[in-house]
Amino acid sequence: MAVVAIVCNACRVTCAYGAYAQVTRPEEETVALLEVRDLRVSFNTADGVVQAVRGVSFDVDAGQTLGIVGESGSGKTVLTQTLLGLTPGADITGSAKFDGTDLLELTEEQMRHIRGARISVIFQDPLTSLHPLYRVGWQVAEMVRAHDKSVSKKEANERAVDLLRKVGIPRAEQRANDYPHQFSGGMRQRVMIAMALSLSPAMIVADEPTTALDATVQAQILDLLLRLQQESGTALIMITHDLGVVADIADEVLVMYAGRAAEKAPKRDIFYEPHHPYTKGLLESIPSSSAAGDRLRPIPGQPPSLIHLPAGCKFHPRCGYVMDRCLTEEPELRPVGETGFHASACWLPVAAAGLTEQAEELREVTVREGRGEAAAEVAEAAASDVPGAAVVGIDGEGVAG
Amino acid sequence: MSAIPANTGPAGAGTEIPEGDELVRIEHVTKHFPVRSGGLIRRTLGQVHAVDDVSLVIPQGKTLGLVGETGSGKSTLARCVAGLIPVTSGRVIFNGRDITNLSRGAMRPLRRDVQMIFQDPYSSLNPRRRVGAIIGDPFAIHKIASGGERKRQVQELMERVGLNPEHYNRFPAEFSGGQRQRIGVARALALRPKLIICDEPVSALDVSIQAQVLNLLSDLQKDYGLTYLFIAHDLEVVRHVSDSVAVMYLGRIDEAGPKTDVYGSPRHPYTAALLSAAPAADPDTAASRQRIILTGDVPSPILPPSGCRFHPRCPKARPLCAQQEPQLEAKAGDAATHVTACHFPVVAGEDLAGAGRSDVA
Repeated sequence: MAVVAIVCNACRVTCAYGAYAQVTRPEEETVALLEVRDLRVSFNTADGVVQAVRGVSFDVDAGQTLGIVGESGSGKTVLTQTLLGLTPGADITGSAKFDGTDLLELTEEQMRHIRGARISVIFQDPLTSLHPLYRVGWQVAEMVRAHDKSVSKKEANERAVDLLRKVGIPRAEQRANDYPHQFSGGMRQRVMIAMALSLSPAMIVADEPTTALDATVQAQILDLLLRLQQESGTALIMITHDLGVVADIADEVLVMYAGRAAEKAPKRDIFYEPHHPYTKGLLESIPSSSAAGDRLRPIPGQPPSLIHLPAGCKFHPRCGYVMDRCLTEEPELRPVGETGFHASACWLPVAAAGLTEQAEELREVTVREGRGEAAAEVAEAAASDVPGAAVVGIDGEGVAG
Repeated sequence: MSAIPANTGPAGAGTEIPEGDELVRIEHVTKHFPVRSGGLIRRTLGQVHAVDDVSLVIPQGKTLGLVGETGSGKSTLARCVAGLIPVTSGRVIFNGRDITNLSRGAMRPLRRDVQMIFQDPYSSLNPRRRVGAIIGDPFAIHKIASGGERKRQVQELMERVGLNPEHYNRFPAEFSGGQRQRIGVARALALRPKLIICDEPVSALDVSIQAQVLNLLSDLQKDYGLTYLFIAHDLEVVRHVSDSVAVMYLGRIDEAGPKTDVYGSPRHPYTAALLSAAPAADPDTAASRQRIILTGDVPSPILPPSGCRFHPRCPKARPLCAQQEPQLEAKAGDAATHVTACHFPVVAGEDLAGAGRSDVA
């Protein structure tokens, strides 16, 4: 059997398995709680093969929060559901070591013991995730009993009330006898969190847990999640499309685009030193106080179809910095910036990270050199699609224009 | 169009009012929905106080942002303004004319002047009709253009909102969410309305697409002198598009005023809490600010709390708040246009954070 050179920690450059992105983790560190390596998930549909996840690698440590950010259809939900064995019928390759066991190789029976007990999930919509015909307390107690038959019903009920109290439901003893419809959206999400916590899992996957909630309630829930995480040392994967939520609670951030990691870095690097034009575009699209009243700078175009992906870098049809090589070669995740924990899948120079004028100049110079006729055409198409979008070198307008 | 008497003010033909003059005046508008029992004899058990005594003015060519949480009554208020539902009491004056509870016939010419853009670009477009027909509907309903002329105008509109005019014969399913919202914008724009009510127009869109639609709306406002009533729960979006802002809580206006005043120095504790709760896409800001975590949930609008409706959740509440309802008025030191309904308004630099955490302790 051929031995493949897997990790290039010494040289810290991309190898054949570049998506490993070992850059984010010095080798002497202990094994992470969850190690996902080159995960690929695709679905056969009548219209063709949907490549939902195309080679994603990341680690999550105990007590850490990983934020996975991406637009609709970027593959962020498929990624985490695959880890939990919730994507039946999908073609899955790669590995996902959780505490030493590969989640992708488990049988359904084995998975059932992990899901809920060791890794639990909080879904977006708490109304559809709770059974409308069972009392809330019963549903939390069932969670306990399903994984541990030795617990008596009475004990389980007591545990349920305790959990409900812990997540801030007032008068928990009485409220446990209520049905889900008697709870408000925020309270229901608290119940979901109570269920997720019921077996003291090592990791919680929260899939857009606050998207359906109002701002003040969202603040309550994020506050609660953070506090419980600090108390119990649980790892948290937070999937969201809201960069504001990520800025609040993530330690590390994975930005996904078209089924791949576009950029991966500690939170501050993502927000202050973005390297990938997609990350930069996302940040610039957000209306914020600093730019109130000015025109926003949207990313032109639409996310690609996961069945008919463009050649080369999947972001190139929307990218303001598109160069000729982007049209044909797909960049791998490689280390950028100065921290050593920051990786980006973009052909722009390693130093071209950040929102400073200097970085912008470096990007523009590179683009001018690297852009031939073919790329210029793509850039022009993108610029004409959305007036005012950030595209370099069209009609003499710089990015700052 | 000559059949319409001049004093009913047919759309587009009325006198143009200069920018800055009021286009819409809402006076003490109240909307209650009865709660009825089931069964044969349907007794009225109570009233949902969806909107209670709201007064606002929207100047021509400006944007009023209406902020509030689910159930605060902002969509109900918008529908009252659009004349889609009758008001319980109060008056809506549009372009100098009282349009409160007009009959359907009298309302019809007015509908040209007031259009809506809805939140969900999936359910607000009929999936079985072609885009050209959807956008052309206003022309058909108001018998303005037909045949080739209608098609030409529809294609012009499609181009204006950034859609490919050649896609005239496609179905909504062939478009993405952002493009569908552009279809909704084109339909609202068809009759060159004076006022467009945008009810959460970008909430369902991804952030990069959201920016495209917000830019489009602001371009259209500049080009056609449109007035917007912009409803959203995203405070940053509202800050971006609005000239003035009104904050609603449980059917009432808590605070209203020019954008910079309300965002810069919020006087109502609810406004302050809302602003502090909004997630900021900036880790340093997120880490340094003091979040005011409100306790509990929004109470039922069927039995709203006595006095100030916010008092059960307010970190500053005192006995007076439960007894007496505060009036919406300018507080000491504020501009006359910045009004707040609070007995004990927040002063600059006051620390409200941490005051309301008793429920999670």
